[in-house]
Amino acid sequence: MKAVRKAFTETLVSLARENKNIWALATDSRGSVTLTDFARELPEQFVECGIAEQDAVGMAAGLTLEGITSFVCGPASFYAARSAEQVKVDVAYCHRDVKVIGVSGGVSYGALGGTHHAVQDVALMRAIPDLEVFLPADARQAEALTRYLAASGKPAYVRMGRGPVPEVYGEDCPFEAGKANFLRRGKDAAVIACGEMVYPALEAARLLSGRGIEISVIDMHTIKPLDEQAILAAAETGLVITCEEHSVHGGLGAAAAEVLCQKRPTKMRILGLPDETLYSGTAAEVFAHYGLTAEGVAQAVEEGLK
Amino acid sequence: MEIQELKRIAAQRRADAVTMITRAKTGHTGGAMSCLDVLTCLFYDTLRPGDHFLLSKGHSVEGYWAILADKGYFPREMLREFSQAGSPLIGHPNCRVNGVEMSTGALGHGLPIGVGAALAAKRRGTGHRVFVVMGDGEQAEGSVWEAAMAGANYHLDNLFAIVDRNGLQISGGTEDVMALDSLSDKWRAFGWEVTEIDGNDMEQVKAYFHLAAEGGKPHCLMARTVKGKGLPFAENRAEWHHKVPTQEQLLEAYQALGVKGVDWA
Repeated sequence: MKAVRKAFTETLVSLARENKNIWALATDSRGSVTLTDFARELPEQFVECGIAEQDAVGMAAGLTLEGITSFVCGPASFYAARSAEQVKVDVAYCHRDVKVIGVSGGVSYGALGGTHHAVQDVALMRAIPDLEVFLPADARQAEALTRYLAASGKPAYVRMGRGPVPEVYGEDCPFEAGKANFLRRGKDAAVIACGEMVYPALEAARLLSGRGIEISVIDMHTIKPLDEQAILAAAETGLVITCEEHSVHGGLGAAAAEVLCQKRPTKMRILGLPDETLYSGTAAEVFAHYGLTAEGVAQAVEEGLK
Repeated sequence: MEIQELKRIAAQRRADAVTMITRAKTGHTGGAMSCLDVLTCLFYDTLRPGDHFLLSKGHSVEGYWAILADKGYFPREMLREFSQAGSPLIGHPNCRVNGVEMSTGALGHGLPIGVGAALAAKRRGTGHRVFVVMGDGEQAEGSVWEAAMAGANYHLDNLFAIVDRNGLQISGGTEDVMALDSLSDKWRAFGWEVTEIDGNDMEQVKAYFHLAAEGGKPHCLMARTVKGKGLPFAENRAEWHHKVPTQEQLLEAYQALGVKGVDWA
């Protein structure tokens, strides 16, 4: 168990030690992002912006005019909404080498409530042209993703959670931006998940296997550019279920539906958070309430197969 | 560059800009004219290689396009394409055009970008300076003040925030729409070195940029200007924010500016 944000910042520090053009920016968020070590060790590559997300994203774009690769980091809820215009214009429209890192995304902040939840961020960010969108599933993948981001030269939005998450990947952690990972292959149905919903989806596959149902599990770590071939391959089972820590509007499910309804109409179910003021509780309690658990996913598959 | 030559160039760029607007039947006439003396001084006298320029009040793009064309970033004949279908010379600065680093036009974006560029330049000792031209109506955007705070926090004395203080915005006088004064005091209170000049007086503009020195504080130039400057029919009239001149008014503009016309139209 390890937090994705921790793997990200550890990797970022090691990359920034070697490459003085890699800088990190925070908005009084160095603690919550786990950038404290970065700020202490590499103060000349760290920029504190104060609690000002619009300014932070603009500054991140400005740094690139002097050859910097900017990682601007803070709570996903504020970066993807309050500074959405700066992401759209200063980062994506201007093609700057800026990575917008939204931590504590989804319902990570639990009972802090709707002000701090980021469950519309994927919908907002994936509608912006030229912006890559990633949701790492575990710490190992976050490390691979961070190495990719440092070298890509492209604008990106990354959503990470807050708490420690179980390992999806072992030593072998294939990561190619825009190419989904098939973690399991089964003939009865396919579950496409992203971010920290990948592990429960894998658990659901194990539960279902015990009940005689074999499903594919696909880790769609890149929401944009979307791996359409993987979605079409999932459709060969006849039932596609998406699972995400995000509103059921506009996220992974919507992205998959856009592909399938036009290229291969397939029975689908979108699992996510409903379009309502969300139930209050820890992230785990919120997931349990809305069926975003291994058992919830398994049940959705069984119902879909009826 | 000599003052007289800078003045001559500013008049010619005004003629370019007003011709572009008249031909395209669209544009932001008033604001393009008010900041043109500052833009002319920056591009023909002040900017050094590696310096950054950001037109945060991106709607005043016409004079900027005319300057970039004259400086050879793209052929002058391209000015004919202004706001035409498929042209990169759109109604706001576009980074897909040679010479433009950042696409701007969403107000309140330029200064945060400028703070980032100035901070990187300062920490790395590149000697690069950053010049951001903002509108006065734009001062109502909160992100301007986030950046004002950051610029002072990081002692960015290589950063220039230029406010085109023409006193008018699209709905009327700035003090009627959202009172700004005392605007210079606000910038001083945020920790900036503030200088007020007549922003349409080339001698004052040139002298300011020549004399501005490092001193631990970022620089705010409160450039008092006339909206529509140089066009007798448009000066100080809010409706000329984006009104388009007639052919007769275009000729009147050439006469007032003391130019024969433009060589590209």
